[in-house]
Amino acid sequence: MGQYEFNTYETAWCPGCGNLGILSSLKNTLEELDLNPQDVLVVGGIGQAAKMPQYIRTNSFCGLHGRGESAAVAAKIANQKLTVILHTGDGDGYGEGGNHFIHNLRRNIDIAHFIHNNQVYGLTKGQASPTADEGAVTGVQVDGSINIPFNPLLMAIAGGAGFVARSFSGRPQHLEEMMKRAILFKGYAMVDILQPCVSFNKVNTFSWYNKRVYELDDSHDAGNRLLAMERAMEFGERIPIGVLYEKEQPTYHEKHRSLREGQILAMRRNDLALVDKYMQEMI
Amino acid sequence: MYNLLIGGAAGQGVDTTAAILERLIKQSGCGVFTMRDLMSRIRGGHNFSRIRFGAGAPRCHSESLDGIIALNEETIAIHRENLRPGGFILCDSAIKTDDEFAIKLDMAAIAQELGNARVAGSVAVGAALKLFGIPMSTEEAYSIFRKSVKEEHVDINVKAAQAGYNAVPQKFEHTAGEASDQMLVSGNQTLAMGALTAGVQFYSAYPMSPSTSIMEYLAAKSGEAGIVVEQAEDEIAGINMALGASYAGARAMTGTSGGGFSLKVEALGFAGMAELPLVVANVQRPGPSTGLPTRTEQSDLKFVISASQGEIPRMVIALRHHEDAFYQTVRAFNMAEKYQIPVILLSDQYLADSTATIPVLDPRRIALYQPEEGPAGDYARYRFTENGISPRKLPGMSKDLVAADSDEHDEYGHIAEGSEMRTRMMNKRMGKMALLEEELLEPEVLGDSAPEVLLLGWGSMYGPLEEAVELLNQKGGKRYGALVFGDIWPLPQKLLKKMAPSAKHLIHVEQNYTGQLAALISEVTGIKTDAGILRYDGRQLSGEEIADRIAKEGF
Repeated sequence: MGQYEFNTYETAWCPGCGNLGILSSLKNTLEELDLNPQDVLVVGGIGQAAKMPQYIRTNSFCGLHGRGESAAVAAKIANQKLTVILHTGDGDGYGEGGNHFIHNLRRNIDIAHFIHNNQVYGLTKGQASPTADEGAVTGVQVDGSINIPFNPLLMAIAGGAGFVARSFSGRPQHLEEMMKRAILFKGYAMVDILQPCVSFNKVNTFSWYNKRVYELDDSHDAGNRLLAMERAMEFGERIPIGVLYEKEQPTYHEKHRSLREGQILAMRRNDLALVDKYMQEMI
Repeated sequence: MYNLLIGGAAGQGVDTTAAILERLIKQSGCGVFTMRDLMSRIRGGHNFSRIRFGAGAPRCHSESLDGIIALNEETIAIHRENLRPGGFILCDSAIKTDDEFAIKLDMAAIAQELGNARVAGSVAVGAALKLFGIPMSTEEAYSIFRKSVKEEHVDINVKAAQAGYNAVPQKFEHTAGEASDQMLVSGNQTLAMGALTAGVQFYSAYPMSPSTSIMEYLAAKSGEAGIVVEQAEDEIAGINMALGASYAGARAMTGTSGGGFSLKVEALGFAGMAELPLVVANVQRPGPSTGLPTRTEQSDLKFVISASQGEIPRMVIALRHHEDAFYQTVRAFNMAEKYQIPVILLSDQYLADSTATIPVLDPRRIALYQPEEGPAGDYARYRFTENGISPRKLPGMSKDLVAADSDEHDEYGHIAEGSEMRTRMMNKRMGKMALLEEELLEPEVLGDSAPEVLLLGWGSMYGPLEEAVELLNQKGGKRYGALVFGDIWPLPQKLLKKMAPSAKHLIHVEQNYTGQLAALISEVTGIKTDAGILRYDGRQLSGEEIADRIAKEGF
């Protein structure tokens, strides 16, 4: 426990929702890391998970559905002193924001991205999300989903992410460990957090996940990309949780000429003598 | 004033030849206006540039030509009808034409002899200068070619230009003006320079004609200026990244054309709701959908003033000419930050791609807005204040926590659904428009200030209208004037309401089908126009064409 307290607010989530555990883990993690609330920015898009910025006392950015991903990385570009934490659901992060998810992997901007993955759309009352199991029956997928479930971890590893992990909202200690490592990791770090939706997903319940998840131990070589991909493909009777892949690589900020010395763009102005020079170039 | 056209297929170097030529002409002291007509393809087709120049400062293009540089036969076939008697068609000897005004030159052979067939275009450059009686100093030629071609090719290009210069006789008299110390720039370049002057730190966009050259210019300067230009994965990311950067305190901008703007619309509403300053450039091209990608139109006006679900405060500034694009871009950043709203810059391909000589711009003319410190004590991002503007703090810059929220919210940025809070927040946001209206810039009056015939236009119609009223007033008879709107949303009404009652005829002149400015004026003021001069084929009205059509319609 650090010197700062991250208060939380009353939420609009259902009793028993996995989000409650995730919120509590986030609060514990931030306090454990001894971060000052004023230096932390929590970003969300739209959805139940994306309400996270509403419920914790930090700087908060509640953007548009799928677009928190774009805002989060840009806020980090504008002020790299901020600890930027992005919370999206599986619909927000992998569906509506799927394109931004892919390209944020390539940017490798130093943010932590926590995806609350319950395989279902909660806010719109229970339609299939990109990660829904094949055959999942919903009010829209009335004959069961016929689409192949999206594999976010495999995508993240293939797409160039340096830190790819999975956790489960029902294992708070494990989740806090993953959150902590993701926040401390230099570069884009994603944690896919399995969570039950007590209202709309009657198949992938707490006990469904609890029975299947197993923690990766030292026998897993997280530095090996191919082995990590193999682990990422394991989802069914057994689901690995932990850091599947971890490899530090140069970040966007380290590679960018305008950022690599720690420059802050916020409140900055340009040198007008340079503009004068640019005018002369046109004569 | 002379008018020279360079035409050929895409890939034949029309644009490069025009760029070198316009610069050499400008260095001789002539004012220049170059209009670019491009097809949306990388090879083949027909592209041309029209360079209008003379002792004065041309503000728009003209159709009738004094000379044609034809890089292929098609150029002659398409443009011959616009050649004035006594003009010339400069082409390679290999081109089949028996036109009485053709001047055939062994350009390819001269180039070959110099050692590189690809410098034939420079032979034409030299020859054209001589035909117009424009002096070409070796020193100038070297300095200009150095800017356009690789160092190892400078020498041969200058020699080619000199060979062309010596190969033809002089045909016209040259009258130099005062433009040699001026800048020669495109509308997108002055817009980008305005953004740099305003302190833009973050520009994120997805490439889209004809807006891309804004991003290219800023990218070229980004390393030296210390800013970030991010090519986003799509238009939606472009604007949402700009909003994230703006929230964190960087002056931010995105740019696109109508199609990309359509994709950005939800985030535009978010900027209004979350009260995030943002500048968005929409460089219009003909729609709908993909439309004519490399051509011009003014058909997004009614779209951008209302784009977004719900209602938000916003400002729309139509850019009228090259200088205006610079100063209004600086102002747009100030207005966005002062009122915490999105400001849309409405340009178009005609202004964006055309180059013009203008006096050197003054980056210190408009002071950059400095936000006021809010009161100390408990901080709420959306605090109710007397004028609706809440003191804006930045995340990480003080102990105060800063919110941004796309949901309806309370003063602290927490989701709120109550009736009273919703109403107060709507009043607060929309109330900012009344303040903004107090500092609107009235449209500019061209020609007669108490005219019998009042022409109404906006944005890039400025140049053509300036020439049109001049031509119409020269005829004697009726008095003609024009009002050209720059600030266009909210619509400034004072001058219009003053001038309209005494004018016998009101005519809107626009580059669209429906007469969008006329409709807007009618909606806001009740003033109705009598007729419209419209064009929507992707080609800009010239001053001459406007004047002709006004006369033909009996106004």
